Amino acid sequence: MTTAQASAPARGGVGRSLSNLLYRRSTLRLLLLLTPPLLWFGVVYLGSLLALLAQSFYTFDDFTMEVTPELSWASYKALLDDANADIILRTVGMSASVTVASAVLAFPIAYYVARYTEGLRKGLFYVAIMLPMWASYIVKAYAWTVILTKGGILYWLVGKLGLDGALEWVLELPYVGGTSLSTSNLGRFLVFTYVWLPFMILPIQAAIERVPPQLLQASADLGARPAQTFRTVILPLAFPGVVAGSIFTFSLTLGDYIIPQLVGPPGLFIGSMVYTQQGSIGNLPMAAAFTVVPIVIVGIYLSIARRLGAFDAL
Amino acid sequence: MRSDSAAASGPRAPWWLKLLAWGGLVFLHFPIVVVCLYAFNTEESAFSFPLKGFTLEWFRVAAERQDVIEAIGLSLKVALAATALSLVLGTLASLVLARRQFFGREALTLMFALPIALPGIITGIALLSAFKIAEVEMGFWTIAAGHGTFCLVVVYNNVVARLRRMPNSLVEASMDLGADGLQTFRHVLLPQMATALLAGGILAFALSFDEIIVTTFTAGHERTLPIWMLNQLGRPRDVPVTNVVAMLVMFITAIPLLLAWRLTRGTEQVAGSSK
Repeated sequence: MTTAQASAPARGGVGRSLSNLLYRRSTLRLLLLLTPPLLWFGVVYLGSLLALLAQSFYTFDDFTMEVTPELSWASYKALLDDANADIILRTVGMSASVTVASAVLAFPIAYYVARYTEGLRKGLFYVAIMLPMWASYIVKAYAWTVILTKGGILYWLVGKLGLDGALEWVLELPYVGGTSLSTSNLGRFLVFTYVWLPFMILPIQAAIERVPPQLLQASADLGARPAQTFRTVILPLAFPGVVAGSIFTFSLTLGDYIIPQLVGPPGLFIGSMVYTQQGSIGNLPMAAAFTVVPIVIVGIYLSIARRLGAFDAL
Repeated sequence: MRSDSAAASGPRAPWWLKLLAWGGLVFLHFPIVVVCLYAFNTEESAFSFPLKGFTLEWFRVAAERQDVIEAIGLSLKVALAATALSLVLGTLASLVLARRQFFGREALTLMFALPIALPGIITGIALLSAFKIAEVEMGFWTIAAGHGTFCLVVVYNNVVARLRRMPNSLVEASMDLGADGLQTFRHVLLPQMATALLAGGILAFALSFDEIIVTTFTAGHERTLPIWMLNQLGRPRDVPVTNVVAMLVMFITAIPLLLAWRLTRGTEQVAGSSK
């Protein structure tokens, strides 16, 4: 009896000191858990990024084709040359138009799935959007080269519909056209929009689904017509979803160099420029300076998106 | 139940919205159907339409191609290694960042989002230049390391979302009942995380199996399946084999993805619930 009474506070003391120890050790445990991923990310990934950044200030000798660790702004100055500025503008322009087109195409799909489907049909739509999204990127790009080629399905379809004249007219437009669908900016734009479209649908759908039904009922009770409810309630609440989706469509187009290589007119993209500069030319400083462009653009974009609340919609 | 929820969802969709939504689905699946159709095409060299005839011959030819088999083998091995790496590191990261508040947490969360937010070409060239500086020979492990970096993010996102939805009272109860941290992890956290881990792993696998941009920088002379595909597009010689491989690639990634979707179904947000 007395021993039990005596041991009770002692056990409490041990327990407390143990929990204290655990509490103190929790920082230690945190460090232990965090060290491997932090080492990987901090050293391998961020380290590489910083090394790349540093190399953008190195000097490339045009005659010896060698890179020396002499710091200079030469590569950044070269970015402003007409040819290089052209590449940047072309890529950013394409990224912006692909983003807008994806948002326009994605919204009705996302809205329909979020508001008018449930149960089995919702599942069906979800899978039907997710599968093309995850289907092999290179196969999707390949499929479009097959579709857009002269004598391929699209030309056949246009012929059947008797629209040859209209297609020719479109292909003669400046900035849009080219010698054929598969070598035109229109073709490239189509492939980009196709490939990134699901990345836009899913965030918008998630954003619309998060709008409480009561809010819509309240809006209707207060006398708003469906179009008014859509414009004043759903659209503002879905907008962060659009911004979240646009991060993907914009950033992915900005860095891509496979699709520009396969479809569209010969002009280079930021991605293809980076690839040629580091690969066949060996001008790593120039390649690094070119990669800084999307980093800066995406960085600015992300900070704006963050302010618009897009991160909560991801 | 059914009629209740139907009533709650209000008026039926207007016809034009239905048309746009289903039209969108057709657009999303059209190229996939095209690839599958051409895999059975009898014609050898061109992409003319309509197709000339139906044959299974190219599947046999593809199965005998050594370069195709080697590329598939390499892609599978790389995907397995990248998945394993990302599962371990992603789980550790999510355990730390799911709930706890500490200095630098925001920065860490942002850092883990970087490989997805920044274009793949940046990850690719950054790793390439680092490997060059460290004088690492390009090959299997450099590809796997590159893939692991962005696969980690996928696992992390999946697991962190699951951990955040799990009530912390479970962990507290386990601790109150005398379990230590490791026991709590094994008997409470792990079963809760299992499907999220599996789904994250499958996504990581599919992502790695399909990755091309980072791979072109880190592969050296090795050829994964996507690189094989890209090379084929540069010189359109083996069109029928390319068609067959393209179709197979779709199925190899589609089946596990359907499985991953089933595993995480029901854990998604429901209409109206605030985040």
